[in-house]
Amino acid sequence: MPAVLEIEGLRKTYKSRRRGTRNALDGFDMRVDAGQVHGFLGPNGSGKTTTLRTLLGLIRPDGGRMTLLGHEVPAALPTVAGQVGAIVESPQFFPHFSARDTLSLLAGAGEVPATRVDEVLELVGLRDRAGERVKTYSLGMKQRLAVASALLKNPKLLILDEPANGLDPGGIREMRTLMRTLAESGMTVVLSSHILGEIQLICDSVTIISLGRRVAFGPVDEVLAQHSSGAVRVRLEAVSDLPTATEALTRAGIRVTGHPDHLMLAGVDKPAMITRLLAEQNLYVSELAPIAVDLESVFLELTATAPVPGQHRQVDESTKVGGTGQPGATGGGWGA
Amino acid sequence: MSLYRTELRRLAKRRFTRYMSLLGLLVLAAVVIGVFFTNQKIGADQMAQAERQAEQSYQEQVRWSEQERAACEQAKTAGTATDGRYPDDCSVITPPPREQIQADWFLPSTFNFRETFDETLIPFAAILALVGFVVGASFVGAEWSTGGMMNLLLWRPKRLTVLLTKLAALLTGMLAVTLPAAVLWFAGFWAVASFRGSTEKMTAGAWQSSALTGLRGVVLVLVLTTIGFALASLGRHTAMALGGVVAVMVVGQFGLGILLSMASVRFTEAWLLPTYAAAWMQKKITLQDWNSCNANYYGECKPDTLDITWQQSSVLLSVGLVVILGAALWAIRRRDIS
Ligand SMILES: Nc1ncnc2c1ncn2[C@@H]1O[C@H](COP(=O)(O)OP(=O)(O)OP(=O)(O)O)[C@@H](O)[C@H]1O
Ligand SMILES: [Mg+2]
Repeated sequence: MPAVLEIEGLRKTYKSRRRGTRNALDGFDMRVDAGQVHGFLGPNGSGKTTTLRTLLGLIRPDGGRMTLLGHEVPAALPTVAGQVGAIVESPQFFPHFSARDTLSLLAGAGEVPATRVDEVLELVGLRDRAGERVKTYSLGMKQRLAVASALLKNPKLLILDEPANGLDPGGIREMRTLMRTLAESGMTVVLSSHILGEIQLICDSVTIISLGRRVAFGPVDEVLAQHSSGAVRVRLEAVSDLPTATEALTRAGIRVTGHPDHLMLAGVDKPAMITRLLAEQNLYVSELAPIAVDLESVFLELTATAPVPGQHRQVDESTKVGGTGQPGATGGGWGA
Repeated sequence: MSLYRTELRRLAKRRFTRYMSLLGLLVLAAVVIGVFFTNQKIGADQMAQAERQAEQSYQEQVRWSEQERAACEQAKTAGTATDGRYPDDCSVITPPPREQIQADWFLPSTFNFRETFDETLIPFAAILALVGFVVGASFVGAEWSTGGMMNLLLWRPKRLTVLLTKLAALLTGMLAVTLPAAVLWFAGFWAVASFRGSTEKMTAGAWQSSALTGLRGVVLVLVLTTIGFALASLGRHTAMALGGVVAVMVVGQFGLGILLSMASVRFTEAWLLPTYAAAWMQKKITLQDWNSCNANYYGECKPDTLDITWQQSSVLLSVGLVVILGAALWAIRRRDIS
């Protein structure tokens, strides 16, 4: 599959005379294949918005290579801009224009047929309020307008920075279906969001960023599988058999934690092996359940941002790949 | 092209643009109406009236000087004329000669198109330049501060093109207001002159001079519009441009004026921007330094003068324009947009 978006070694340093320099992006890599819905995840301040802004030519990178739809950007931006729809972090609009005026002006600037305006307004559910001034809109309505503006071009690549921000549950679900429909129609969607349940539901693949570097990437199930601890819960017919089972399993090199009515096993590759081992001891399994990991716990583990009781994690305290002396270094004890 | 048309549409849709232009036009209309009502046509009636008033005034002078002379002589004979209130020779107290009191002085003010129309172009240009400045500043400043500019750049990544197209649309819009306004202004004062003055002696040369002054006025409007636009783009805020200019005018110009006059620098006005705007419109402004006195053959005191010509003003205007617009263009190319 061809890459629609490719980033290699992207670096962006913010310099401030008083506070020195901050490496917002520190050799960041990313790749999104065509036709995918790609989740772009990372803790606050990890560099998601910076990446997307850089990609769209709003800020100048300090190094690295980026391509969009096979064209080197920012050089080729004028060529590809018409095929890339984007919203960047709670976009603002001129408050005294109505939604329809706003979109119609964008359509005019981008040479999009004016009929498209009403189509997208319908699509995001603003049809009946489109004549009102943006100033009077609620947060979610502004967000819908932003999505509408990104869809206006009928883009090949849709980049959405926190599109669900402020949407109501119905809106989030609608957005989810919309993303899926768009992806099925061949559009590639890059989605940054903090609602990981959502991402897990919609996305084919993800990139996780922490402190300006990539900490994980790939298809969602692969990322989950790589970072699932291989935990399995085992129940036996008779609770009295648990000690025997523990002994047999430990001998086979499996880490076992005993509980009053079940055992938790860690580091299990093939659950079938458990049944065999126990059957050899004439122990019969009444339940064998691999514990599913969800994206949220993987994310917290990978970025080391899980809350710890009694501590207040500060922003920028997250996993630093390949760096030393950073707060919350890789694999730190803060995992889920 | 589509961007240009869109920007024109955006400009026209802005309520601020509409209200400011309307306000400017209303002020201009008020000026024309005011001039209309404060002027009168000079006919035989007015002439006769003025003659009567001149005669009356002469008679008053005669009466007054006679009274004074009588008082003087009385004081002489009483021997109290020592306080210097009266001259030694009472006969020098005479009324002014009759012909010195001119009937012209008593004529009501009248609008002579040839003499006055060019002057009226100064407030015309000033008012529209002000409108252009704030409209230009708000057009791009509000776009920056509300994030509209960022949205637009997602569609049109060529930043210089975007900014220059916006400017072109703005100038077109300003011209679309200024040119008809100029025609109306001309028509208005032609009417004022026809009904409340005279349109005589409008030779080809006079026409040409008026047309050129009008043209310079239009240029001034466009330059100030561009400067407002560029300043707001540079500061990414309407208020930045307006505040900047208020600061320059109030602190810079007033302060500078006071400082310079305290330091008794000659020709302080030569350091003030409005002088150059006026020189641009009037072709030449002559500043005088009353502290210097060059006695001429007749013993009269002639102050030193300094001419400021429209060419000098044009240099100043172009340099200012190039520097400020250049800075705005450079900034939009270089700076991150967030
Ligand atoms: N204009 C700026 N000047 C200086 N530092 C900046 C600027 N913009 C962003 N940063 C810094 O760059 C880092 C990355 O910011 P970015 O906005 O990309 O985070 P993010 O991943 O989008 O976070 P969030 O989830 O909160 O939206 C942060 O540390 C931020 O403080
Ligand atoms: Mg962000």
